[in-house]
Amino acid sequence: MKRPACLSWVLALVAALSPAVLHAAPPAQKAVILATTTSTQDSGLLDELIPLFEKETGYQVKTIAVGSGQAIAMGKRGEADVLLVHSPEAEKALVADGAGLNRRIVMHNDFILVGPPADPAAIARHTAMESFQRIAATKSLFLTRGDNSGTHAQELKLWKAAGITPEGQPWYQQTGQGMGQTLGIAAEKKAYTLSDRGTYLALRKKLGMAILHEGDPSLRNVYHVIEVNPARFPKVNTAGGRAFADFMVSKAVQKRIKEFGIGTYGSPLFFPDAEAP
Amino acid sequence: MDLIWEGLRKALELLLTLDPEVLRVTLLSLQISGAATLVSLVIGLSVALVVALNDFPGRRLVIALLNTGMGLPPVVVGLFVTVLLWRSGPLGFLGILYTPSAMVLAQAAIASPIIAGIGLAALQQLPPGLRLQILALGASRPQMVWLLLKEARLPLLAAVMAGFGGVISEVGASIMVGGNIKGQTRVLTTATVMETGRGNFDIAIALSLILLVLAFSVNAVLTHLQQRSRRS
Repeated sequence: MKRPACLSWVLALVAALSPAVLHAAPPAQKAVILATTTSTQDSGLLDELIPLFEKETGYQVKTIAVGSGQAIAMGKRGEADVLLVHSPEAEKALVADGAGLNRRIVMHNDFILVGPPADPAAIARHTAMESFQRIAATKSLFLTRGDNSGTHAQELKLWKAAGITPEGQPWYQQTGQGMGQTLGIAAEKKAYTLSDRGTYLALRKKLGMAILHEGDPSLRNVYHVIEVNPARFPKVNTAGGRAFADFMVSKAVQKRIKEFGIGTYGSPLFFPDAEAP
Repeated sequence: MDLIWEGLRKALELLLTLDPEVLRVTLLSLQISGAATLVSLVIGLSVALVVALNDFPGRRLVIALLNTGMGLPPVVVGLFVTVLLWRSGPLGFLGILYTPSAMVLAQAAIASPIIAGIGLAALQQLPPGLRLQILALGASRPQMVWLLLKEARLPLLAAVMAGFGGVISEVGASIMVGGNIKGQTRVLTTATVMETGRGNFDIAIALSLILLVLAFSVNAVLTHLQQRSRRS
């Protein structure tokens, strides 16, 4: 290859690539880092709400969708500006610790116990506690996410209430993945698992599983927004985090949450809880 | 099997209708991984040249490290780059976490050892007397380096292809330092992971097929260059 030809190739490449790097970085304080759970992203709710927020306020949201455990850990280190999570015990600890501020309720849905339609452990029509005891007694395969997510925390609480230590049992297997992946694995292995209703409804058609237990008060799944304390972490985008939290509990957005999913799934995925300010 | 056909159909549909989101994700993949490969080419070649042309204590250790680096796990790179770029981290003042720049940085860390390792092997493969011969003919040092690179151009292009292939296909580092943010840092691999989690297997398969076509196209161009230069 001749040298000029080679050079022009490189120049063309540089020209083609430079926009990605030069233009994409937004001004720092315009960006709001939202640490949240996979369920809010996987259900498609955030895809609907965030463009609205960006248009309204001019902020640019960086949504980091991880388990609630990781999201709260990001808040604890000041690596996020605002959290939208569903792990009440860990949330309270975060606020008590002083890293989180202004914890406000946004919405709820519920957890459901799903499994193979044949229901080998015969858990249908029992309370949540009895269901867990039956799964353990029949040694039916149960998949846990094992990722410190809100769903995982809830599941551990239910096992504890049932008086069972599932850790280390051969029928208790850990996926270490998000809700969507875990449901997929449970469907393949004909296992039981605990899921939030939103993710299950979004995937329902592909899974061929059945809801075997629902409606128990112990299965309520509540989402809160928490702002990260700027007094503790000076780099936090206070105004942006506050704006997003205010947005989530605003009347208009609460109405959007109420209607979200009806068109696609026939029933809402989340129920708004914020009291009108 | 149905699902694969469905994915193929979906891929064609997304491509033919020029779906703006898919186009953006595809273009961003190409830009980020292309930029990372260019950066790695500069770093990797420089390291390869320094190691190939000099003798120094610990040289074998450096080569062993480079060869190990060729297999650097992307998640490990992702984790370290994330911790470095955190607001509370040593490079936090840059404020580039969750931007394409951070992804270029992480991918360059993955591809640089690959290009350095293969590049070094390529340079060491040259006849040992060649360097002395070039210098004896009165070439300056930069001229000598240029001639050596030219002589090793076939395996060097292979190094570029390996580096590009390594980063366009990796997901661990990209999702950690980029965050898979829609319209900003979502690339083909991270979008595939997300769509799989959402149960949209047809879209996930479509994105995978687009990724394969993209990787093939880039490599076809590079291979064309490589084989053309072989004849000349």
